[in-house]
Amino acid sequence: MAKLSYAKALNRALADELERDQSVCVLGEDVVAGIAQFTLGLAKRFGTDRVIDTPISEQAFTSMATGAALRGMRPVIEFQIPSLLFLVFEQIANQAHKFSLMTGGQVSVPVTYVVPSSGSREGWAGQHSDHPYSLFAHVGVKTIVPATPSDAYGLLVSAIRDDDPVVLFAPALAMGLREDVTSELVPVPIGSARVRRPGSDVTVVAVGHLVSVALDVAEELASEVSIEVFDPRTVYPFDWELLAGSLERTGRLVVIDDSNRSCGLGAEVLATAAEEMHLVAPPRRVGRPDGAVLPFALALDRAIQPGHDQLVAAIRAVMK
Amino acid sequence: MAELAGQAVTAGTASPPCPAGHDPAGLYRSMRLIREFEECALGLVKSGEIVGGIHPYIGEEAVAVGVCAALLPGDLITSTHRGHGHVLAKGSDPAAMLAELCGRATGLNQGRGGSMHAADVSAGILGANAIVGGAAPIAAGAAWAARRAGSDQVIATFFGDGALNQGVLLETMNLAALWSLPVLFVCENNGYATTMATSGAVAGSASGRAAAFGMPSVTVDGMDVLAVLGATTAAVARARAGQGPTLIEAMTYRYGPHHTIEQRIRLSYRSEEEIARWRERDPLDIQGARLPAATRTLIDAEIAEVIAAAREFARSSPEPSPEGALEFLYASGLKGRGGVADG
Repeated sequence: MAKLSYAKALNRALADELERDQSVCVLGEDVVAGIAQFTLGLAKRFGTDRVIDTPISEQAFTSMATGAALRGMRPVIEFQIPSLLFLVFEQIANQAHKFSLMTGGQVSVPVTYVVPSSGSREGWAGQHSDHPYSLFAHVGVKTIVPATPSDAYGLLVSAIRDDDPVVLFAPALAMGLREDVTSELVPVPIGSARVRRPGSDVTVVAVGHLVSVALDVAEELASEVSIEVFDPRTVYPFDWELLAGSLERTGRLVVIDDSNRSCGLGAEVLATAAEEMHLVAPPRRVGRPDGAVLPFALALDRAIQPGHDQLVAAIRAVMK
Repeated sequence: MAELAGQAVTAGTASPPCPAGHDPAGLYRSMRLIREFEECALGLVKSGEIVGGIHPYIGEEAVAVGVCAALLPGDLITSTHRGHGHVLAKGSDPAAMLAELCGRATGLNQGRGGSMHAADVSAGILGANAIVGGAAPIAAGAAWAARRAGSDQVIATFFGDGALNQGVLLETMNLAALWSLPVLFVCENNGYATTMATSGAVAGSASGRAAAFGMPSVTVDGMDVLAVLGATTAAVARARAGQGPTLIEAMTYRYGPHHTIEQRIRLSYRSEEEIARWRERDPLDIQGARLPAATRTLIDAEIAEVIAAAREFARSSPEPSPEGALEFLYASGLKGRGGVADG
């Protein structure tokens, strides 16, 4: 039985796709050296004309990937810092995402954007600690937040093969996870969620690194309440069907995700459940506060992040 | 010349030679097509048949025509919000283009793009782009992909003087020069970024920006199609030979408003005298004067028929069905949820 780390899973998925398809290439800052681990060793294996270092010009190289995709390539772009997505929001949301519709289906833009350390890394403060996946879900760009190494592998493979732009957030707090891999790694379809632990009293939707937190809480409270842990894996498109089935059984909902509260993913899940699904009690969400900017000091950073204690409180609140 | 914003470039006494393989009448024809197309489109905005508005290209025809005439059919372009001229000069069907402006199902983009997003990939047009400078990196990426595929394709990316102050254009110029990409950076310097004169917006110059990246540049009389064609031909040869990008700054002028909304509100940021001075150097007259009068008359009549037929085609074409409003949103066929919950 082999232990696979989350970081290694992403690296292996990228290597497998570079091997399989000559139109796949990687662009980004320091990807030849592999400073973010994602591309470690790949320049040596595939050459620097497929693993390409760019100058620090995020806006230009992000749209260059769009132009290359229009001409048949499947570029993967790495952003070392999640907040860089704000800098290239025009290039992704306003250009890459809109080309298929605006051209009346003349072109597709198969670009994958990977953030191999999203959210808080603890101690990197305001401009290196954002987790803006809800923003991409909001504009309708396919958005993935894998929770486990095997899902990181399978979802990245699917993202690279997808004909649309896809953003993959690899939470910094999940990058160190290791998993016993007993079977062959396979693609995971975009848009398919997974129940990580069955339960009958309450459904906890947990995103990315918070899936581990939810599983710990479920175990801890097992004698008190039966918790179903629901991992969406893809936050857009969301697997509403699987969630409806889960709520049909439990009728109670808590969402824990690393979005800011206003217009975050938790808000969307609660709204949809209220409109369309079976609920016997008011749902709750646990997330970052409104407008959160992560402060530097560790105690302050952690005070902002959604976590264990808030989740326990929210579960108890919906069980009242 | 960049600092001469709003002033006519003095005409040279001699015409530049028409490069071999180019028909002087064909260049005139292409410019006349754009002029008539724009006049027709202005009429359709006024009548409400084009909703929203357009950014008319009238006055700048020599730039699109001179640049595109230097390209091969398999070469590529990206265009701007003021893009009708580029699309027509590169060879798109004027009827399908006009149908697009009218939001018809028969339009180039099946009514999904409109004036500012017209694209015709089969003709090498990777799209007009509504964000100033936004298309330049897309063009560079397409050039990069072409070079990797072993193609000798060249791509021209059009932008206005306003884009000279957009960071992404400068990032793109750096990368294109660094990687010797086959890109022609075509700056249509019409003296104004919307209402702001270049003198109030541009420190340094277009050519100075190119020089900073070690990129050759040429500033040409953008009212003379032969001057534009000559400069572009040299730049295309460099790009095709793998010698990298060139910046072409074409000094030109739009005779009309920034857009059709401006036409209604009648702003006065340019003097009548300045407009009149540029009108004396109408690019159609400059090239038309090089043809026998009878040839020009014949072409004018022919183009009038082409545009009348295009207008008829656009008017008689069906509107797209509202059920398909989000068709093509995802190339993979994903269907998002509607705006309201089912049931």
